[in-house]
Amino acid sequence: MWKWLHPYAKTEKAYRLCITLQPWFWIGAIVCLFIGTIWGLAFAPQDYQQGDSFRIIYIHVPSAILSMGTYVAMAVAALVGMVWQWRTAYMTMIAMAPVGAVMTFIALFTGAAWGKPMWGAWWVWDARLTSELILLFLYIGVIALYGAFEDKQQGGKAAGVMALVGVVNIPIIHYSVEWWNTLHQGATISKFDNPSIAPEMLWPLLINLLGFALFIGAVTTVRLRSEIIRRELHRPWVQALASSYYENKRT
Amino acid sequence: MQFDSFSSFLSMGGYAFYVWLSFGVTGGAMLLLALQSYLQHKSLLNTVVVEQERRARVKKARDNASM
Amino acid sequence: MVVALYKGIFKRDMSIAFQQKAELMQPLMFLLMVVTLFPLGVSPSPDTLQRIGPGVIWIAAILSSLMAMERMFRDDFQDGAMEQYVLSGLPLPAVSIVKVAGHWLVSFVPLLLLSPLLAVFLHLTIDMYIALMLTLLLGTPLLSLIGAIAVGLTVGLQKGGLLLALLLIPVFIPLLIFATSAVDSAALQLPYYPQLAIIAAMLLLAVASAPFAIAYSLKVSQN
Repeated sequence: MWKWLHPYAKTEKAYRLCITLQPWFWIGAIVCLFIGTIWGLAFAPQDYQQGDSFRIIYIHVPSAILSMGTYVAMAVAALVGMVWQWRTAYMTMIAMAPVGAVMTFIALFTGAAWGKPMWGAWWVWDARLTSELILLFLYIGVIALYGAFEDKQQGGKAAGVMALVGVVNIPIIHYSVEWWNTLHQGATISKFDNPSIAPEMLWPLLINLLGFALFIGAVTTVRLRSEIIRRELHRPWVQALASSYYENKRT
Repeated sequence: MQFDSFSSFLSMGGYAFYVWLSFGVTGGAMLLLALQSYLQHKSLLNTVVVEQERRARVKKARDNASM
Repeated sequence: MVVALYKGIFKRDMSIAFQQKAELMQPLMFLLMVVTLFPLGVSPSPDTLQRIGPGVIWIAAILSSLMAMERMFRDDFQDGAMEQYVLSGLPLPAVSIVKVAGHWLVSFVPLLLLSPLLAVFLHLTIDMYIALMLTLLLGTPLLSLIGAIAVGLTVGLQKGGLLLALLLIPVFIPLLIFATSAVDSAALQLPYYPQLAIIAAMLLLAVASAPFAIAYSLKVSQN
């Protein structure tokens, strides 16, 4: 059933796929983010409690959801690499890691910027933000582990194991932090879980979610191309590719 | 349009600093990421080309020397 | 017959460990010194120490265990014994369990023996201490098992030490949360069986799955 995927175990095929997909990802991302952001900033109604500061939700929620989604995607890539021995799977995992880390950072930063006007503090140890911070540590761990290996093939496998250990731990961490938060909660009530969100507020959120996802796809394809070139430096197709790119640049 | 004027849009109901800080840092981070990824790709292709040219030069020198 | 082979691996680890007594003492000394820092740096008042005590002991235990863990596979890797284990017919997950068990005995049992002293330093009550002992009994094998996965991955690297901490600390956070909560509940005379049960569940999950992950990590490092 998955036979159509098999060619992409080869780095050259995967590279061509990236080139094909790239324009679609970029165009889709720019269109969705443009529409979603303008809608959310200017056209969506104000929140009756939080006023206009709630508009930060249009970045915070998509980036938080996708930070976790990207980590799961990394774990799936690691699993594919481990079970079917695909180098391209490991390369995709490593290409995604910095993108996911940036998403996590965005979620944390916007969470803090949202929290300051709401609760008077730049940082609160609430369940969501604390889980995001730990997720950032998990990302940094995978990236650092891969970087520590000289043999990138070995490094990919090692980083893959850590990604899988991490993904098993993410639900455990999430629920334990949530539980810990209920023990230590002061007067602050977590307003990050909006009880019911009006449809006029929901649509820009979904569009931005799609936009961020397409952005992640776009940057990942660029980074995957770089990773493939880095690992396949001496292959003839890479040499041909580079010289033809250079020719095009010159003429 | 939820805002009466452009200035009220900019002030975001008093929360201007936080909203624009969030959107600004996010946009900046995404831009930096995209830019760094793209520049890294370009520089990798350049190293391949530089290496190719170096090898061509070495080969030429060796051919000239052996003649 | 095969049991004799595992016994052999275990005996070898024990004899190597007892030859390296100095190296074994270092993490313990570190633990003791870190715990000493808190009354000095925060406050010596019994109330404060009792309040932060469980967390301090568990955090110090995690940090000192990260130091102790490095030696789990390092010597075998360097002198070629690891290669022999991988190439031998023995199932690597089983070898991993034997090695982790040996490491736990050598590194964590001294910690358990030292814990009454730490409890006295931090003014923990008897109830708190019993809870602490139980969490340490259930939790330290978990530290060894999960830690072994990351140690297996980094054993071939030059500067694996800090990287090991970076990889493992996020993973140990749930254990920290439940262990300290158990001791805090004991301080308030509340039951803490749920927290212990969750730690036990995590331990069982680790016992079931970690050996395979450790075996895979060792194979990756061995290349």
